[in-house]
Amino acid sequence: MRRVAAALYRRPRIQLAALLAAPIGWLVIAYLGSLALFFVSSFWSVDSLSGNIVTTPTLANYQRIASGEVYPIITARTVIMATVVTLTCIAVAFPIAFYMARVASPRVRGLLLVSILLPLWSGYLVKVYAWRLILAQNGVLNWVLAPFGLQGPGYSIEAVWIVESYLWLPYMIIPIYAGLDRIPGSLLEASADLGGRAGNTFRRVILPLTLPAVIAGAIFTFSLTLGDYITPTLVSNTKFIGNVVYDLVGVAGNQPLAAAYAMVPVTIMLVFLLVARRLGAFEAI
Amino acid sequence: MGLPRWLRVTLRLSTGLILAFIYLPIGIIVLYSFNAAKVATWPITSFTFDWYLKAFNDAGIRSSFATSVQVAIGATIVAIVLGSLLALAVSRFRFFGREAIAFIVILPLALPGIVTGLALNTAFRAIGFDFGVTTIIVGHATFCVVVIYNNAIARLRRTSRSFEEASADLGADTFTTFRRITLPAVRTALIAGALLAFALSFDEIIVTNFLAGPGVQTLPIWIFNNYQRPNQLPLVNVAAVLVLLLSIIPVYVASRLTEDPASVAGART
Repeated sequence: MRRVAAALYRRPRIQLAALLAAPIGWLVIAYLGSLALFFVSSFWSVDSLSGNIVTTPTLANYQRIASGEVYPIITARTVIMATVVTLTCIAVAFPIAFYMARVASPRVRGLLLVSILLPLWSGYLVKVYAWRLILAQNGVLNWVLAPFGLQGPGYSIEAVWIVESYLWLPYMIIPIYAGLDRIPGSLLEASADLGGRAGNTFRRVILPLTLPAVIAGAIFTFSLTLGDYITPTLVSNTKFIGNVVYDLVGVAGNQPLAAAYAMVPVTIMLVFLLVARRLGAFEAI
Repeated sequence: MGLPRWLRVTLRLSTGLILAFIYLPIGIIVLYSFNAAKVATWPITSFTFDWYLKAFNDAGIRSSFATSVQVAIGATIVAIVLGSLLALAVSRFRFFGREAIAFIVILPLALPGIVTGLALNTAFRAIGFDFGVTTIIVGHATFCVVVIYNNAIARLRRTSRSFEEASADLGADTFTTFRRITLPAVRTALIAGALLAFALSFDEIIVTNFLAGPGVQTLPIWIFNNYQRPNQLPLVNVAAVLVLLLSIIPVYVASRLTEDPASVAGART
């Protein structure tokens, strides 16, 4: 044992190689390899007679998702949903993040942080299912709204918007909280001393300084909405990119077309990540 | 800070409302699991504990629960090994591609879940590997590595290297130093990371759906396959509460183990 240890100490490169072999093998070779194969497979096709996969490269899958009515509409719907969900999360996250960072006592802040983190990590499917029960015809929401002569959205595209915003809200609160927490108090005092009212200080000092944090949060709200197929399945009859990809793999058995369509959210997220890096959002993660 | 009174009151109110918004659905599903009626109508008129007993004796729930535990433990163990090896290499050595690792590690979480699921699905099909518990463990471990890695590397960066150097100066070899100095320093960070990885795996469905294959069900997949069957509704509610408990309790314990609760989020974001 001791001799091995001494030998290792003298050759740090071997030590490093021993540490890296397994994780690199897994993440780079297996995972990145799978991603590469997935990309390549988007240029394959399915033989319509035998159902076998034909590996001759073709652009047919991409032509199919770019043309006609069905695919472009679903793409646009998904991107709009991701945008609206992200904006909703920003609007809802700001007050609570601001309260945590600037008003609450350290003890309350700690409690709030834990209460935001618990649901961030747990029970994704359970939360969607809970909303399915809440939005049902005889559910809680309609019961609450009935005395006012109102009705909930039922299972609909509005329901998808509410549930997605609910699900990803903690992913927005945490970075905005961290961003607000980093702003030196002296800057806000300076703005007040110079005559800036609350609204003015918010717009001209706080908002620009928290922009990287907002974008960091948006990476997650956007990406998670783009790929979600569980929420639309449980609380609506509307199809989003995720649903189509899932159906193409399972029901239709057209893996190459599914891969090509899944490249859409991947491309959107890569562009998003590049822009985010430019705007300094990576430091805010 | 000199905030106007109305603003303080508004902020406090909206914080309360948002917290209520976050927790009400969770509370409602717990209430429904005790609902005596077989249909989910609100308000609930009578409560019972029967569905929990029925769920306990239900073969489908029992076996999918066992599968979920098996998968979560397997994925956590693989993630601990890979994540801590990677964290040690990145924090204690300089090498080509070191910066790229942080990016690759977070990729399985940053990309939409369908992409990771579909990519691994394609790869397993290509090499002809049968779908089942093993493939689910591989998928879960891939996105759990980042949790362990982030927790371990944050702790390693805060632990001064001088302790390890002192240990070496006092005659300890590499393994002894690891066992007596490095490991105790990162132990709680690893335990917290392991709990988070377990929670992350236990309630996962997006990637799992692509890797389970026919016949293998985790508890979330059991819920997904049964939520539309009217006579299964009470049991689905109980299964949902089980998934919730087994993912929320580990996260709570993990947040108590790390001195800065925000670092728990840092692991994810």
